[in-house]
Amino acid sequence: MNSQPIIEIRELDAYYGDRKILDQIDLQVNEGEIMVVMGGSGSGKSTLLRHLLSLNRPSAGTIRLFGQDINGLPSRKLHEMRQRIGVSFQGGALFNSLNVEENVAFPLREHTKLDDNTIRIMARMKLEVVNLAGFEKLMPSQLSGGMIKRAALARAIVMDPKLLFFDEPSAGLDPVVSADLDELILRLRDAMGVTIVVVTHELESAFRIADRITVLDRGKILITGTTREVKESDNSRVQNLLNRRTEDVPVNADEYLQRLTDDLTGL
Amino acid sequence: MTRTMSFIEGTGRITLNAIEEVGYHFALFVESLYWVIAGPFLGQPVRIPIIVSEMMKIGVLAVPVVMLLSFSNGVMMAIQGIATLQEFDAESQVVPGIAYSVTREFGVLIAAIVVAGRSGSAIAARIGSMQMSQEVDALRVMGIEPVRHLVAPILLAMLLMMPILTLLADSAALIGGGLYTGIVLKLSLSTFIDRVFETIALYDLMQGVVKSLVFGLLIALIACSNGFSVHGGSEGLGRATTRSVVLSIAAIVVADMIFTYFLNR
Repeated sequence: MNSQPIIEIRELDAYYGDRKILDQIDLQVNEGEIMVVMGGSGSGKSTLLRHLLSLNRPSAGTIRLFGQDINGLPSRKLHEMRQRIGVSFQGGALFNSLNVEENVAFPLREHTKLDDNTIRIMARMKLEVVNLAGFEKLMPSQLSGGMIKRAALARAIVMDPKLLFFDEPSAGLDPVVSADLDELILRLRDAMGVTIVVVTHELESAFRIADRITVLDRGKILITGTTREVKESDNSRVQNLLNRRTEDVPVNADEYLQRLTDDLTGL
Repeated sequence: MTRTMSFIEGTGRITLNAIEEVGYHFALFVESLYWVIAGPFLGQPVRIPIIVSEMMKIGVLAVPVVMLLSFSNGVMMAIQGIATLQEFDAESQVVPGIAYSVTREFGVLIAAIVVAGRSGSAIAARIGSMQMSQEVDALRVMGIEPVRHLVAPILLAMLLMMPILTLLADSAALIGGGLYTGIVLKLSLSTFIDRVFETIALYDLMQGVVKSLVFGLLIALIACSNGFSVHGGSEGLGRATTRSVVLSIAAIVVADMIFTYFLNR
């Protein structure tokens, strides 16, 4: 394993307004590994992803990708770095005005000076990789959920990135299609040696693809470890999440009354 | 007491928001300008095919409706002008009346309002839905600046097409006015046109053209910024689209007043 981590997060804090979303996040992702960030809704995992993509700026702490602090980077360097990163968004985020092939070819057209035929061949090669050959001319609105995710993946890998992010790859897909996608993610890692970060709330998918898992809960990391370490964790909240148990939050009578009567006039 | 306080507070907040919005528009303008000038050197040029396609959508496709409305406006001004001037037995003075008001004022105003209605809403809706479906984020993480890719081409297309639309609107309105005047006052169209050109100077035409650039800028910035500010699902998208049209038309009319004051002193 390479000693230099691809992603290095140190003491990251994030707020939305006054609400603290991320609290002292420390995380490292090594070259060639698949790290799954797991957590329920509201755990802060999407916010963490937005920070990793430099779409949001952290309130405190640093994020280093490829050894460079992404928030101290001049915009030109950031643009260059972003060409080495692929992102597959939750809803695909395909450009609706372009067909599948044009979508996949888009980053090449913007960032390279290759001629048109080369670009189209490269785009089709990536479509072959994700099993979408023959669908080049369809518009995003004509695709099924699974096809959208695969087209988005083809676009994410078209520049041969060294780092890939997946936002909820299995959200909204049926189990079979979702398993296919997991298989694809594993194959990609083996074929391209790419480092992969997956943000998901799907347990099954997480344990199938992960080398290591980070469990995020209420903005804090509960545990980071191999799948086995996470499974055997004795942290009750981790176990609750793994076994889909709900939590009974004890009710404080005074706070309860306060919430009910808050903001009322005439009291 | 609390009501007064909340009124003051509300006024303050609205004022602050308005200042913030104007500032945002200005920043958007500066950033677009930056990409137009510096983009080619940074490997992020503003793409000419995109500009051309925006020119098509904003300008060329608006030509029929701009011409129709301007023609009708010209006829209307001729009707009103002749009716009013008849009271002073000065019907023939309708020609300079139409000539001045069309070239200085109404040609550009109609062109701008049509573009605001057509493209102001379309641009806000397009960028807004891209924002909602994370397409804007996707651009950003690919290393493509959304302002460079989305806003700059719209701005350039607007600045290129608005003067052309304005001149077309001017000619349609003059033809409309000329035809009606010709029928009522037995004046041939060529005589009408001759008299128009005796009346107006290049300065009058330029007044319309200069204003058209300002209006184009306002429409582009207001539509784009409303598009980027979309949040809260399809309801938010509808709100942004409406807001974009209403605000740009309001901005056009107010800016027109201010410019007309300074250009005619």
